[in-house]
Amino acid sequence: MSSGTKQSLSPMRAAWQRLMRQRMNACALGFLAALVLLCGIGPKLSPYDQSQQDLELKATNPSMAHWLGTDPLGRDMLTRILHGGRVSLEVGLLATAVAAIIGVFYGMTSGLAGGRTDAAMMRIVDILYAFPFINFVILLMAIVGREFWLIFVAIGAVEWLTMARVVRGQVLALKNLEFIIAARACGAGFWHIVWRHLLPNVMGPIIIYASLTVPGVMLLEAALSFLGLGIQPPDASWGVLIQEGAKSVESYPWLLLYPGIFFSATLLALNLLGDGLRDAFDPKSMSQQ
Amino acid sequence: MIRFIVSRIVQGIIVIFAVITITFALSKMVPGGAVRNERNITEEARKAQEEYYGLNKPWIVQLGLQFKHYAMLDLPESYHYKGRGVDEIIASGFPVSAAVGGAALLIALGIGVPLGAFAALRPNTFEDRASTLAATLGICTPSMVLGPLIALLFGLKLRWFNASGWFDASDWVLPALTLGVIYSAYIARLTRGSLRETLAQEFIRTARAKGASEGAVVFLHAMKLASLPVLNYLGPAAAGLLTGSFIVETVFQLPGLGQFFIAAATNGDHQLTIAISTFYAALIVAFNLLVDILQAALNPRIRLQA
Repeated sequence: MSSGTKQSLSPMRAAWQRLMRQRMNACALGFLAALVLLCGIGPKLSPYDQSQQDLELKATNPSMAHWLGTDPLGRDMLTRILHGGRVSLEVGLLATAVAAIIGVFYGMTSGLAGGRTDAAMMRIVDILYAFPFINFVILLMAIVGREFWLIFVAIGAVEWLTMARVVRGQVLALKNLEFIIAARACGAGFWHIVWRHLLPNVMGPIIIYASLTVPGVMLLEAALSFLGLGIQPPDASWGVLIQEGAKSVESYPWLLLYPGIFFSATLLALNLLGDGLRDAFDPKSMSQQ
Repeated sequence: MIRFIVSRIVQGIIVIFAVITITFALSKMVPGGAVRNERNITEEARKAQEEYYGLNKPWIVQLGLQFKHYAMLDLPESYHYKGRGVDEIIASGFPVSAAVGGAALLIALGIGVPLGAFAALRPNTFEDRASTLAATLGICTPSMVLGPLIALLFGLKLRWFNASGWFDASDWVLPALTLGVIYSAYIARLTRGSLRETLAQEFIRTARAKGASEGAVVFLHAMKLASLPVLNYLGPAAAGLLTGSFIVETVFQLPGLGQFFIAAATNGDHQLTIAISTFYAALIVAFNLLVDILQAALNPRIRLQA
């Protein structure tokens, strides 16, 4: 890229170009886009319903009628995996959104307030890091209920700590820079500065960290569902499918393998994309890739 | 240093009492109360039960009683396992979790650190890419997939170990392997990143310039500093491993703390859920403190401040 065109690019566009220049990142993004599309429309196109049983069929190997076979209740695995993927992705994205909103709000408040308020708010975050959150989430799921919205709110409510730290660090670094002071000198209001100047400049780290949060959140959802505390059968998420597969791993190992492969490939793509985004937004770290 | 430790212990005590309060509050959100799981129980018997456990008192008094139990280290009785103190139950579950977790930690370090160092010393070669890819794949393999596959291969097919349960002296091997492999992937990535960063620093050039051998440069000078991020990760990870991975204990049906916690959470044994959460929090606090002290010992640039 010549320096002439680089000048005219916004930071977002430049980061996007750096991201797509690595073939691995483009592959990861393409895979995720295809997956979202498949999980979104696949279950509708499938001739089967994800919970439709065929008790005479039972568990079968992949065939023309059932591309990934059927489970012991005769349910079509491909339909169930795509439906489960949709649930897992939804939980992953919604929980990350909850975590990002809390983290950005908390981190911005702390960074902008500064002084004692900042110190106290960050001390609270330090203390919260020592909390056994997995126990709280399990307890919440076990006693309050296993509803869909509760799963992602509960997971989001425990995953915001690092986001808050990242955002606060950025705000502290930015808030006394010349362009903010200049905006203030021009008479820009507080919210105008936050919305138009601060937030766009914190967006990079937020995107990077959010993309690294999604796989962690999806793992947590799968763990809860695996323990029987998350998504409840006959509804399916990848955690539910893996749990059902693990039960019959001796007789039908593919029931564990297929959802496992989908899940691992998705986690891999998300991790690669997260690393790629970090490099794209921070060209200095490119050399370490 | 002393001030730092004292202030961290005070902070830890605050954490522990906050955890007691939160777990208590969560357990009070259950509809029907703690003795709801008792079947065919008469009204008087239920009243007597509630009286016995102090459940008829106002919530704030109950919370105060909890605080008193933990402050005096005189832990209450479990609701579910009649007549057994929660400390007895923790004492029976923790050795199982700790044996598996401790072995997993050693496996994770034994694989992760050499693999990461190996990759860091050969940047951008085939070996580097291959080991980094292996580590990335390891991170993306959930324990709930790897565990049953390991149980299938070594337990059911090869019959080297029991596929599940806690009967033989060797039953820690498969769960520890599952956890160890996954954690080793994280450790390998951290080691590689931080060792490469460290090797690019000035003091490494100084060490080389004064004629130190490559081995001395890497193992005496670089590793000391490069181990800091790994240590930082190991604090919470070790606490998590030792108190039991909920998934692995479920897959291999181990009678560890995680299993006790899930059972207690689902059958309303609030004394036990509070006790296990508190125990877990205490371990996290202890490990974080240990990590901070070790970091200060390893890096002269870190000064501990209260």
